[in-house]
Amino acid sequence: MVPLEWYLTVGFLLFAIGIIGVLVRRSVIMVLLSIELILNSANITFVAYADALQSITGQMIVFFVLTMAAAEVALGLALVIALFRARSVLNVDEINLLRG
Amino acid sequence: MVAQLLFFYFSGMTVLCAIIAIASPNIIYSALSLLVTFIHIAGLYVMLHAEFIAAVQIIIYAGAILVLYLFVLMLFNPKQESRSVHRQLPVAVFLGVVLCGMMILAAFRTEILGQKGTITMVAPHTQAIGIALYTDYIFPFEVASLILLVAMFGAILLAGRTVRRKN
Repeated sequence: MVPLEWYLTVGFLLFAIGIIGVLVRRSVIMVLLSIELILNSANITFVAYADALQSITGQMIVFFVLTMAAAEVALGLALVIALFRARSVLNVDEINLLRG
Repeated sequence: MVAQLLFFYFSGMTVLCAIIAIASPNIIYSALSLLVTFIHIAGLYVMLHAEFIAAVQIIIYAGAILVLYLFVLMLFNPKQESRSVHRQLPVAVFLGVVLCGMMILAAFRTEILGQKGTITMVAPHTQAIGIALYTDYIFPFEVASLILLVAMFGAILLAGRTVRRKN
């Protein structure tokens, strides 16, 4: 039997890795991939608590988070495509169209 | 004992492949190692008695979302990022370590006071999810379908603009 805290630790480690990825990587696509990692860490935490508390609510929330993730990826990648067509740049440090 | 060994395998591969995904300069390698991460997270879900969520994780994350990323990557053929360290790296490591440490500390120090449910005794989990989805959660379910519809419209509007001009 694996205790609840170990699962939570895996989720928190994934969250930290995702945060580091969002802040460090330069490509827009890598930032979106790191956001996927953060969403997965939240999902692991929800499912771990759902198992520990013997409740179905955690798994339901994970189901809706998956829906959100699908919508977010579709919109985010559409924005990336539009950005690449307009400016042909994928580096977050170079997206400065509004800078005077 | 077997459960703990399986847990260490799944969690170790999850964290290791996530680190590889963040650290690799080639984005294709990052996406593929993120695929391995998602599959091992599905293994963790199976160990947590969430079989339906594990199947959905493999179908949606590994099957749909990662394939969408790979399509976009092959559409653009992006250059490799430079290997030089980003100037935000100290801030990122500080934030990551502090947030992770605080959450782990909170997880080990907390007592759960809530009442335990009885979901494993009544039915298989997939059946319980289906019953809950169409009774208690019917309104969020409809809202989720509306959000998916809006996301589809938005993606078509944002990404398909030049095609429309040509016609």
